[in-house]
Amino acid sequence: MSLVSFRAVTKIYRSLQGVDYPAVERFTLDIDAGEFFCLLGPSGCGKTTVLKLLAGFEAPSSGEIFMDGRRVTGASRDRGVVFQGDDSLYGWLTAVENIEFGLRMRGMARAERRRRAMRYLDLVGLTGQERKYPAELSGGMKQRIQIARALVNEPTMLLMDEPFAALDAQTRSLMQLELANLWRTTRTTVLFITHDIDEAITLGSRIGVMRAGPRSDVKGVIDVALDGARSRTDDAFIKYYKQVYEMIRDEVAKSIARAG
Amino acid sequence: MRTARRLWRIYGGYAVGFASLFLLWHLASVYLVSSVLFPPPAAVFRKGLALTRNGVLLEHLSASVQRILAGFLAGSLLGIPIGLAMGSFRPVRKLLEPYTEFLRFIPSVAMITVAVIWFGIGEASKIFLIIYTTVFIVIINTAAGVSAIAPNKIRAAQALGATRTQIFLHVALPATVPYILTGMRLAMANSFTTIVAAELIAANEGLGKMLWDGRMFMLVDDIFVSLVTLGLLGFAVDRMFRWSIYTFAGKYSPAT
Repeated sequence: MSLVSFRAVTKIYRSLQGVDYPAVERFTLDIDAGEFFCLLGPSGCGKTTVLKLLAGFEAPSSGEIFMDGRRVTGASRDRGVVFQGDDSLYGWLTAVENIEFGLRMRGMARAERRRRAMRYLDLVGLTGQERKYPAELSGGMKQRIQIARALVNEPTMLLMDEPFAALDAQTRSLMQLELANLWRTTRTTVLFITHDIDEAITLGSRIGVMRAGPRSDVKGVIDVALDGARSRTDDAFIKYYKQVYEMIRDEVAKSIARAG
Repeated sequence: MRTARRLWRIYGGYAVGFASLFLLWHLASVYLVSSVLFPPPAAVFRKGLALTRNGVLLEHLSASVQRILAGFLAGSLLGIPIGLAMGSFRPVRKLLEPYTEFLRFIPSVAMITVAVIWFGIGEASKIFLIIYTTVFIVIINTAAGVSAIAPNKIRAAQALGATRTQIFLHVALPATVPYILTGMRLAMANSFTTIVAAELIAANEGLGKMLWDGRMFMLVDDIFVSLVTLGLLGFAVDRMFRWSIYTFAGKYSPAT
């Protein structure tokens, strides 16, 4: 049985004027344990909605989401979240205090939680930065804190909402590489939201392409049979790129036409 | 040598600014106005020194400061929890907004008459007025601070397993501190206005009383000593607030 299961999930937002907007409609998807699942789609297609629903930040209008056989009814520490921006970090806490936040809430003893937090701080490559405040760190470093903060809590899975979208191109490539390595060592299940085909192929073990919103759902899923480090110039990489591009091209066009 | 240079870099601008202020004052009073009604800074400082030596200035100063502190602290302690509740719970906000939105437009100076009728001319009426002038600003800023918390801060805490109480104590409260301090800083400025006005009308001592006596007995130097004391006191207190806001908010993302 799969770890996560979306069953005909519909989410309708109501605007202040009382107009209904069905972001996703009868969205159905299964994610297996140990997968790195990339959910790819044009902007405004409801990718983030899917993540918010699975995280438990919002409730579906209809349909059900199961995680580990239990229905998702709210946020829980078995689903760690990494947000796109840095506004989820606690500006009054240092890097290491941010990382140990979850452990502290659980009542773990100070020495033990500090020890664990330092281990993850090292793991995400922030050695020596533990006493800095988020405002003193670069965008890439702040995303590393978010990743460490989620991982140290030992969640069953990690939900990542375009975590590198706001970074510059060089930092983004580096972070993708490091995340890929991190995933190969931890094998934590990941749901990764992105609009970047490159990123999806670089990271994903499977890629789900979403249709243009409203009433979005999964158009198709592609298995990425690439192992180890992936290079954008490999033939196999380019083959996947073409395959994903074929699938998403019309959706992007629709999305732009509807927005305009 | 290096410390001297560092001190100069931090405080040099202030020193020059203040020096120029007193220089302009001196020039204006000696050459421009040249009247006993506008004494030069030197005369005012001499008078200030004399009033400090005989303890009169300290008596007035401590009377005003005590009133401000008592009312300001009580007003803040009252305003912070109300503001937190209004920012956190919509029904509370709906219920209390008529009070805050109505009362905050009645200036505390306008309440002096009522305060004297209710509480007499003693300490109670002044402290009431300072509380009155403090509480609404603190409430409004605190509530605004709570509503300004990025939803992702709360969501992150939820996903890390924090309970509602923990989110309030460890996320909402610290995130609101800079707003609370800003409200208190504004309230402190208002407290100065209010206390002087109240003491002008009814008091036995205080910096406002000193102004009033100065007018009654034509002690122009005394009036200026009181004014300069108010300015310096206000400046010092405001610096303290700015420093504490910076210490808290400095750790913040630049946006907040």
